[in-house]
Amino acid sequence: MPVSGPSISLQQLSRHYGTVRAVDSVSLDIAAGTLVALVGLSGSGKSTLLKMINRLVEPTSGTIRIGDEAVDSIDPHILRRRIGYVFQNIGLFPHMSISRNIAIGLELAGEKEGRDERVAELLDLVELPQDMASRMPDQLSGGQQQRVGVARALATRPGLMLMDEPFGALDPVTRDNLTDQYKALHDRLGLTTIIVTHDMAEALYLADRVLVMEGGQIKADATPAELLSGNVGEEAEALVSIPRAQAAHLIGLGKPA
Amino acid sequence: MSGDWNQALARVPELLAAHVQLSFSALLLAMLICLPLAIWAARSPRVAGIALAVASLIQTIPGLALLALFYPLLLGVSALVGGGISAFGFLPALCALTLYALLPILRNAVTGLTGVDPAAREAADGLGMTAWQKLRLVEAPLAAPTIMAGIRTAAVWTIGAATLSTTVGQPSLGDLIFAGLQTQNWTLVLAGCLFSAALAISVDLLLGLIERGIRERERIWAGAGIAMIAAGLAIATLPSMMARDNIVVIGAKGFSEQFILARLIGSRLEDAGYAVRYRDGLGSAVVYQALAAGDVDVYVDYSGTIWTNQMQRTDSQPKAVMLDNIAQWTSATHGVKMLGALGFENTYAFAVRPEDAREKSLRTLDDLARVSSDFTFGTDVEFLERPEWRMVQDTYPIRFRDARSFNPTFMYPALASGEVDVISAFSSDGRIAANNFVVLEDRKGAVPSYEAIVLLSPERSSEDRFVKAINPLIGAITVANMREANYMVDREKDKKTPKQAALWLKDKLKE
Repeated sequence: MPVSGPSISLQQLSRHYGTVRAVDSVSLDIAAGTLVALVGLSGSGKSTLLKMINRLVEPTSGTIRIGDEAVDSIDPHILRRRIGYVFQNIGLFPHMSISRNIAIGLELAGEKEGRDERVAELLDLVELPQDMASRMPDQLSGGQQQRVGVARALATRPGLMLMDEPFGALDPVTRDNLTDQYKALHDRLGLTTIIVTHDMAEALYLADRVLVMEGGQIKADATPAELLSGNVGEEAEALVSIPRAQAAHLIGLGKPA
Repeated sequence: MSGDWNQALARVPELLAAHVQLSFSALLLAMLICLPLAIWAARSPRVAGIALAVASLIQTIPGLALLALFYPLLLGVSALVGGGISAFGFLPALCALTLYALLPILRNAVTGLTGVDPAAREAADGLGMTAWQKLRLVEAPLAAPTIMAGIRTAAVWTIGAATLSTTVGQPSLGDLIFAGLQTQNWTLVLAGCLFSAALAISVDLLLGLIERGIRERERIWAGAGIAMIAAGLAIATLPSMMARDNIVVIGAKGFSEQFILARLIGSRLEDAGYAVRYRDGLGSAVVYQALAAGDVDVYVDYSGTIWTNQMQRTDSQPKAVMLDNIAQWTSATHGVKMLGALGFENTYAFAVRPEDAREKSLRTLDDLARVSSDFTFGTDVEFLERPEWRMVQDTYPIRFRDARSFNPTFMYPALASGEVDVISAFSSDGRIAANNFVVLEDRKGAVPSYEAIVLLSPERSSEDRFVKAINPLIGAITVANMREANYMVDREKDKKTPKQAALWLKDKLKE
């Protein structure tokens, strides 16, 4: 399993909006090649934290390093071209074909050679049929569109993927499928991935490491197994108890009376 | 009838060319102003608020008023930079129409740019597009159909409003409408309306084709639309590409007598070998300044108008003294030469219906003052604002029950039909005698003299051949002949064109 993704280090990272501390002095190290889930309720600061890594949001204070480089030493658009970014609303460009949507990162980078081959390869990677290339985004289903979103983010071969509720708007079957397939891709390509979700079940299933955020701070930092075994704080327990109770209930239903 | 049409159609190509050039330039200029402004406004709600408020405010100014405003504005600018800017013709029309076209383009461009799906913006940022790349690759293409719709609206407005540019001396299809309205030549009016409407409709259809091409991403439609517009533009502007050197421009205000006298002067100049062009329907203030600036070479004005409007005099002087003073003043102030008086007066005359004059024994303005509280006053559009009206009010205790303004064409019928009871008629107008209207005497001399005088631009003043061609007209026109000529053009039956009336008048000149 090749590891090409970088490690990430956050030092006392804060982002304030007026008196609100969306992210409150977070320090964190993420090892290269990890799939980290950031879990929390709405307003816990998880999206803000994620978007500071590719400078869609500028920190009030603190530093972020990707590998050895501080992100504020890089031009924002250069930085972002090195990082894959996938978000809930997908944001495919409605006036461009699927193939141009996928290749847009290459277009920005000025790579002219081999775009079609790369698009074909990426369509395979996200398990979309090749004839999708010439279609327009509005001819695709939500799940297909998000597969294109993932392919577009991967086009420039980034080592780091930032995903903000990527599968949140999809139906459960599609969502489950994509979650599985992404995990496999992450492992195969040796990526470092940070995925924001409010769904603890998804986080437990997908991630190597789960960070629970509340009030702008990280309240728990554990592996899925550790979370399930308890003793990781009440914030985490509150979130973990839901899938646990649901699972128990389902198992109970399945047993013969 | 077919003669009328031929006469109207003969003027169309040149006027259409000027109309297309003017509207297209204004539209292009408005786009150059609006598109960068819209990009800025889309990023700053404050800029958007201010820009849209200003554009909306401009839109509330009537088109005619906007044109009129630019005239003194450009004169001021010209004075500031030491001259050289023409406040006459193309420039003021271009400025006014450009301002007029701003709102639809700006509003649609801002709406289009701010209406871009936030997800597409976030994706553009997340992918590492620079601001320029985001604009070029995402925002502009997504906003393009909306922007195009705004340009389309602006184009139709501009083509319509361009007909008003006649009043500041810029030729357009409006020349036909204004001239036709004045002389009640409905064929001319109809021709002007039909051609400007046809122009607006075809431009609208072609721009619609481009809009559809952009919206549906069918390049062929957009391409076809652009090609047809380019071809139309080239064909329409072809006539104006022809050489036009040393053409004499003869100015005329907006009524029949002026059209006739302009053509009389024109015909004499043509006899002397000049090529001439007419600028009809100019406002009183515009035409004098245009003459002083050399945009107009010659026109006929009236001594009282120069006296009160240009010289700002409010005192009454005998005719001869007035003419002397005017000749000295125009020459000293603007280098304009007053060649002389044509021999008749066209003054403001208060006219009433014959039966009223009889029953209420009205003979003088004092008699009018006596009954004025029962009378409704009909005037042309400018009289109530003119100093002569104040002079009359200062001299006679006239207080009308009500006052209404008309285009001169409709003022006489309004008196005849009883819609109004007294009008501020023009003393040389043939319709006074034709309707048996009674002109009330101004025994106290409140209204200054209005001798028709020929004025020459500074440049032509010293041109011997030019002066010689016009000189025989001085003192050669009687008021009776002028009335007759005016009536030929103004009457309903057996109507003559201003040119025909001018030729008739030419034969009647006093030797």
